[in-house]
Amino acid sequence: MSTQAAGMRRGRLATLQGQLRDRPSLALVGVLLFLVLVIGVTRPGTVGPTWVANTILFAAPLGIVAAGQTLVMLTAGIDLSVASVMTAAAYVAASQSYFGSIRAVLLALAVGLVVGLLNGIGVAIFRVQPLIMTLGMSLVVSGVLLIYSLKVSPEGPPNVPDIVRTIGSGKVLGFVPNSALLWGVIATIVIVGLRQTGFGRLIYAVGDNPVACRLAGVRGWLVLLATYVMCGFLAGVAGLVLTGAINGVDLSLGDVYLLPSVAAVVIGGTSIYGGNGGYVGSLVGALILTVLSSLFTLLDAPDPLKQILYGAIVVLLAAVYVRTAGDSS
Amino acid sequence: MSTAGVASRTRGGPGWGRLLRRNAWTLGTYALFIAVMIFTISIHPSYGPFEVESLVVGAMPLAFAAAAQACVVIGGGIDLSIGAMMAVANVVSARYMLHHDFQTAILISLAVLVGGTLAGALNGVIAVRTRVPDIVVTLAMSFVWGGVALLILAKPGGGAPDQFLAVASGNVLNPWVPNGLIVLIVVVALVWVPLKLGRLGLALYAVGSDRTAAFRRGVRVGPTRVMSYALGGFFAACGGLALLMSTDIGSPLAGTIYTLSGVSAIVLGGVSLAGGRGGLTGPIVAAFVLTLVPADLILSGTDPNLGQVIQGVLLVLVVMAGGLAPLLRARARERRVQTG
Amino acid sequence: MADPEILLETRGLSKNYGAVVALRSGDLSVQAGEIHALMGANGAGKSTLVKVLTGDVTPNAGVILLNGREVRFASPASARKAGLASVYQDVSLVPLLTIAQNLRLTGTTMAAIRPWLAELELEDVDLTEYVRDLPTPTLHLLDLAQALAALPRLLILDEVTATMPADLSERVFRVARRWRSEGRSVLLISHRMTEVKALCDRATVLRDGTTVGVVDLESSGQEEIVSLMLGEEAASVVVSEGAVADSAPTARTDSTDALEVRGLRSGVLQDISFSLRKGEVLGIVALEGQGQADLFECLSGNRRPEAGEILVQGKSKRFRHPHDAIGAGLVLVPADRALALLRQRSVLENIALPMVNQLRRWGLINTRTERRRVSSAIKRLEIDTRAGSRVMRLSGGNQQKVTIARWLATGFLTLLCFDPTRGIDIRTKDQIYRVLRELAASGSAVLLFTSEMPEIQLACDRALVMFAGRVVAELTAHDATEAALLRAAHGLERSHAASGDAAS
Repeated sequence: MSTQAAGMRRGRLATLQGQLRDRPSLALVGVLLFLVLVIGVTRPGTVGPTWVANTILFAAPLGIVAAGQTLVMLTAGIDLSVASVMTAAAYVAASQSYFGSIRAVLLALAVGLVVGLLNGIGVAIFRVQPLIMTLGMSLVVSGVLLIYSLKVSPEGPPNVPDIVRTIGSGKVLGFVPNSALLWGVIATIVIVGLRQTGFGRLIYAVGDNPVACRLAGVRGWLVLLATYVMCGFLAGVAGLVLTGAINGVDLSLGDVYLLPSVAAVVIGGTSIYGGNGGYVGSLVGALILTVLSSLFTLLDAPDPLKQILYGAIVVLLAAVYVRTAGDSS
Repeated sequence: MSTAGVASRTRGGPGWGRLLRRNAWTLGTYALFIAVMIFTISIHPSYGPFEVESLVVGAMPLAFAAAAQACVVIGGGIDLSIGAMMAVANVVSARYMLHHDFQTAILISLAVLVGGTLAGALNGVIAVRTRVPDIVVTLAMSFVWGGVALLILAKPGGGAPDQFLAVASGNVLNPWVPNGLIVLIVVVALVWVPLKLGRLGLALYAVGSDRTAAFRRGVRVGPTRVMSYALGGFFAACGGLALLMSTDIGSPLAGTIYTLSGVSAIVLGGVSLAGGRGGLTGPIVAAFVLTLVPADLILSGTDPNLGQVIQGVLLVLVVMAGGLAPLLRARARERRVQTG
Repeated sequence: MADPEILLETRGLSKNYGAVVALRSGDLSVQAGEIHALMGANGAGKSTLVKVLTGDVTPNAGVILLNGREVRFASPASARKAGLASVYQDVSLVPLLTIAQNLRLTGTTMAAIRPWLAELELEDVDLTEYVRDLPTPTLHLLDLAQALAALPRLLILDEVTATMPADLSERVFRVARRWRSEGRSVLLISHRMTEVKALCDRATVLRDGTTVGVVDLESSGQEEIVSLMLGEEAASVVVSEGAVADSAPTARTDSTDALEVRGLRSGVLQDISFSLRKGEVLGIVALEGQGQADLFECLSGNRRPEAGEILVQGKSKRFRHPHDAIGAGLVLVPADRALALLRQRSVLENIALPMVNQLRRWGLINTRTERRRVSSAIKRLEIDTRAGSRVMRLSGGNQQKVTIARWLATGFLTLLCFDPTRGIDIRTKDQIYRVLRELAASGSAVLLFTSEMPEIQLACDRALVMFAGRVVAELTAHDATEAALLRAAHGLERSHAASGDAAS
């Protein structure tokens, strides 16, 4: 009797596990709703349309940079230069705003594209490990930015261009943030692109087995190159959205986004070894991390404690994910 | 595609040729150091004991950070929280050593070393038990340790007794040989030499090279990996103390840069990120190179901010060169097979 | 006869990886002083059983009895202490350490291993050499020497001879016989029926992770093992030898060359020339390492030849990347499925992979066309796609069929098959050869290297024998008996040296 019951329980657990394996984003949405519930209970009256709009507004830069990180991690890579690219793009846009908003924005995006291209060339053509390549690039980018900031400062203090401010903190109909719309467009392109385009298929394929790709005639280096360029570009966009949202810029603006950009992707169920996962998970992951930090803020946690809890929870979520959905390979 | 491959062709014989080939990278790092040193002396003719001392004191934190990262990476992992652990060691010692005598300072140092080892071991246990990739675990742990450092000391402060500072900067043997260098060599040798000679060191390299094979050879993989992280934590704590010796202040944020420059140093020093390859001397010498370069830039009148840029470019170029070397070797081997 | 002493017994061993059951109920009984074979089709659970026996993985259920006493092994090291030593199919020496250091890890002394190095004729191997610099067969032998040094009561050999040329395998068998004569036991896992027949006393057969029978090899034949391996429903398909060849080289109207090779040199390959007609299956026969791998690498565009010319339909081509070769219609099915498959991706994505390899196909996918082409390929090869959401959950045979289906869906001119049936069960083999014949009949060309010589006559119209990087013989399917092929493959018949012109 009891063994039968235990067996049934185990069976049900197995089905649950199976479902989680096939649809990990469901469990993530559960975690997200739970966190929202916690906020609702501890600070009644907080959760409402404005709060949701603001949360999405704060999540947008992270969500956008995590999109690029997702693409790169699906190819079994990692991009540690996204934070410095965000900073550089934001700073360039702000310091060039005297010459017109459009030019400033284009230059900022060019920064992302160029850094992405260099990363791509290093990883795809010269076969440098992604960790090293992007680490080196992040050193180069922040070093060059430092020198640049000293050179341009005499022309006047950096000033966030109007368009950027509109995109970053403006709202449509009074409550839908513009950045959320931009994020939505990017998310749609990334999700559909990964599932329904040849390039999307190749991103997974290259991450899963580069040798098999070569034997099937796939020129893996092209795929990698394009992926890193996209990641750099998206990091640039994220930097602009961020600087628009907080209406300011400094030389360490993007730094705090490095861990979250990786964490959102990992929590979202994309394997760091490549070939498996997707952007839906990363999107929910970005929301979870944003809600988490807004929870800490609401609870008035001191900064150091916030940081400790944040790190601990990222490990915990990743561990739970590996346990439930991980294929032992 | 490759099938069983060409038959065994024992390259070279035993002896000097092979020894050279197997240690080519480390020797290259030495050569690079000597070249940079010669350049330094050429632009700074009055280079003397004082400059050597400041070089050693300046390079010590990075040297320990490199040793820490090397231990973890040789064991097949990576620890992106080494800088944060250094910061914790740094602020703990700075906060509690202030206004104390030398003896207490030494006791505190020992406690910090034990604490660092445990902190590293904790990273390792989490990575091993949860099976979350180590990059993710240690990146998150860098937040945790960074938070701990801020809890202990919110702003730069604290200090240490003068005698403690003299552990690095004074000299007892010869003005050209600062104490710091002796401390560095003794500490690293005390930990690394016995390890390297014993079965434990072999296990460390085995686990870094191929976990499955190591397990089948009878190595206890989990504990060995935890050990590699614990060693990393130990050296990170050394680095935190060295940071205090060189700056005479505790700073909760000073450690962070050492995670990245530590990785640069090990890569430059011939430790393969894939694990199982390299040693500690290469990374430590590389740490000296990386410390000398920005100093030289200042001396030669170049923008010192270029230092970071150069470090990044150097890192990438070195790895590119490292990637090309086996490729060229394979080509040469093919040619040899063809003619032979 | 007195009851033989039972050394090792297992009951109901099972192991699953997540949702995948690798071993359902492994029952095994090995007597002292016998060579026992463990047989089964791919994915039947042989390797998993071995891994459980040696403590490499822990079972979910079941017991292991050693001399009647229940034992549990936490690691291969503890199994070794108890007297069970194994040589695994995938080499388990640490690649970045020297051989001597590997020996130190297991605590093997030089005194203990030296006689075994001599026995296996490995005295000239430099023990200070790094493992990664040595070829796989040598490493298997070294691994074996080390296993022997522990003087195990049960020696387990998991497909060790699969990558070995005949002379090296013979060394392994010699040791196995010696082990038996000393009253110790050997458990041998092998796909080669002849090996098993010649060497073993009894065989345990696994099917779908369950032990389905124990066969006395002296009294019963090959057929009994095969039918046990395949189960009843499959019995009718079994080795209908010659059945495939019936559809052989009769009515061929098209006699243009699909592929011609002139003076190709690369690696071991020395100046090789031949041609392959449309509608023909051309077999390549060679012992290990005679240049066949280099030939396939050059033809598939994976490596640039040092000299020589490759002509596709009479036009000279240069391949810088497999992409170019595929563009010219030359496609490769490698022996090692791990090289060809995206393990975590679905069957559909694996089959459709080459379809998106061109830049202009990077855009939106036409799902309907894709699905149609993929499913017709799946149907043609009868791939079981029930576990198709991830290719790694498929059995070995089905995985290999996916690598072939990929090219059926994409389209090609010449199919290059490099030992496509290595380590695959007979039924799948049969299917694969049938498809190759059908492809030839519909006008495609097939170049087939196989390490199993009896199969040449089943599938090929013509066979070339390679030795030391050259073609040393050309035989028609009729003449390509195993004996003739073997003689030529050992370089005993140099007189027939064939060239491209001789082919017509």
